[in-house]
Amino acid sequence: MSAAATTDAFLERAPQLLRDAITGFLPEPWRWLVNSLIAVALILAVFGLIFAFLTLAERKILGRIQNRPGPNRAPIPFINVRFFGLVQPFADAVKALTKEDIIPRDADKVLHFLAPVALLTFSILTFAVIPFGRHLVPVELDAGVLYFFAAGAATELAVFMAGWASHNKYSLLAAMRALAQLISYELPLLLAWVPVVMIAGTLSTTAIVEAQAGWKWGFVPHWHVFTPWGFTGFVIFMVAALAESNRSPFDLPEAESELIAGHLTEYSGFKYAMFFMAEYFGMIALSGMAITLFLGGWRAPWPFLEFIPSYAWFGAKLVVMLVGFVWIRATFPRLRMDQLTRFAWKFLVPLALINLGTAAVWSLTSGLSGPLQFVRWAVCLALVVVPFVVMGRKLSAGVAPRVYRYA
Amino acid sequence: MNAVLLAIALVTLGTAAVAMTLRNLIHSALLLIASWAGVAAFYLWAGAEFVAFAEVLVYVGAVSMVVLFAVLLTRRSRADFTVTPDSVGRASSGFLAGGAVCGVLFGAVIASPMGVMSSPTPTVTVRQIGAQLMGTHAAALLIVGVLLTVALLGAIVIASADRKDNSEDAP
Repeated sequence: MSAAATTDAFLERAPQLLRDAITGFLPEPWRWLVNSLIAVALILAVFGLIFAFLTLAERKILGRIQNRPGPNRAPIPFINVRFFGLVQPFADAVKALTKEDIIPRDADKVLHFLAPVALLTFSILTFAVIPFGRHLVPVELDAGVLYFFAAGAATELAVFMAGWASHNKYSLLAAMRALAQLISYELPLLLAWVPVVMIAGTLSTTAIVEAQAGWKWGFVPHWHVFTPWGFTGFVIFMVAALAESNRSPFDLPEAESELIAGHLTEYSGFKYAMFFMAEYFGMIALSGMAITLFLGGWRAPWPFLEFIPSYAWFGAKLVVMLVGFVWIRATFPRLRMDQLTRFAWKFLVPLALINLGTAAVWSLTSGLSGPLQFVRWAVCLALVVVPFVVMGRKLSAGVAPRVYRYA
Repeated sequence: MNAVLLAIALVTLGTAAVAMTLRNLIHSALLLIASWAGVAAFYLWAGAEFVAFAEVLVYVGAVSMVVLFAVLLTRRSRADFTVTPDSVGRASSGFLAGGAVCGVLFGAVIASPMGVMSSPTPTVTVRQIGAQLMGTHAAALLIVGVLLTVALLGAIVIASADRKDNSEDAP
């Protein structure tokens, strides 16, 4: 199927056609407004539902990995059919809404209220620039990637507000700890996507997806993850994304049993749920960004699969990423605070800086052809592997591998 | 269009003014961040997307954290967060320093020519900004980077020297 045919395929244009059918009769300025409102409502509805069922999927998968069934009791109302507990998220929502909302007497009431609101607002804002499909970009910005990370950086402020406004020493200490973590991992997260911007030569998310078009030898897609610098960048990005969204093994900010749920100590009811909603939104948005930057965005992996619409490919990749997050949570033990910061500053940041150099070499040698291509690959791979091994050995010297004499 | 500018100016200046009058340092810092967000909104209004996002990323995301950490790490108790001038001398020297900065800024603003633009707003892409920063203004960028690194190292030196004096921290 030719490129023009896939661009104009009915399924590809179906969301747009549907939208135009609804708003087509409106006069010009109103149509723009209603189109934007529809985009906003769709993002809220779709990602709200993804969030709801992600919590269920997470609990189910965690349950299966730990050899227990997971939530399976919530029945569909009135007909009393359980159906694998599929309505559990809605039961959870009702529970969170009807729980008592406790505000400590000495709390800073305005900030205590504003913290979850600000956190949720900033994490939803990040969805605006992710290209969900060939024709599905909510806002096309020239500096889209920068916008994404600017909106994401503002969430740190909300964490601080939550910790300080609670007027509880545990909350405040935990907020400082969470901030130390967020700031530490912000740096590798930002450094990881710089090579992509360097190679693609643009900060626009649509143009970055455009730069990953085509196939080598007809079956290896030109995704950034299939280059030495892209693979390193992707791994660094994902590790930093785990830490930025407070996911295990970096979930110190909300370790319930050891660190009494961190900055969430004084939150209950729906505000508590909002913190978790923001965390899941952040995770989904970062996964979407990782797909856009490294995994070819909405592109199909092979040419013969192009008949499947682009948004379906994006969704499929997103689901794979999210299940990967859950899998990691079920598999890795939680890190200690000093291990966490040491890993960021002594390993990820230097590796990301070296990766920047690798990308520069890759970019400068793009003109090479024939057997010189192998030299290019070898040099770039060496630039990735050698620092990884050397730094890893140095960092774990005297610490690992651990010898267990009993148990 | 001007109503939007007016609203942005009101938010920016209003939050800054309230931040100055508040007695609670944390509230002042948070309002200062709101003021920075207002500045970013102004850049956005003026069509400078890149600068606006950079402002949010650097000021709202990073500088705000430095300010809040500094406030939290230097105050001992919650009562300490409310500040009152210690003495007349300190208050007057504060006013003097603030007035001097204000005078320099106002002087610079008034002295610079403010031509009314008649030509259409130029559209500058991120690529052009990057080429400008890395090409013509590369030296300035490097100097600013070195300056900030030196400031960072100085802060670390001061902080670590402070730690040694504190005998309570010794094991």
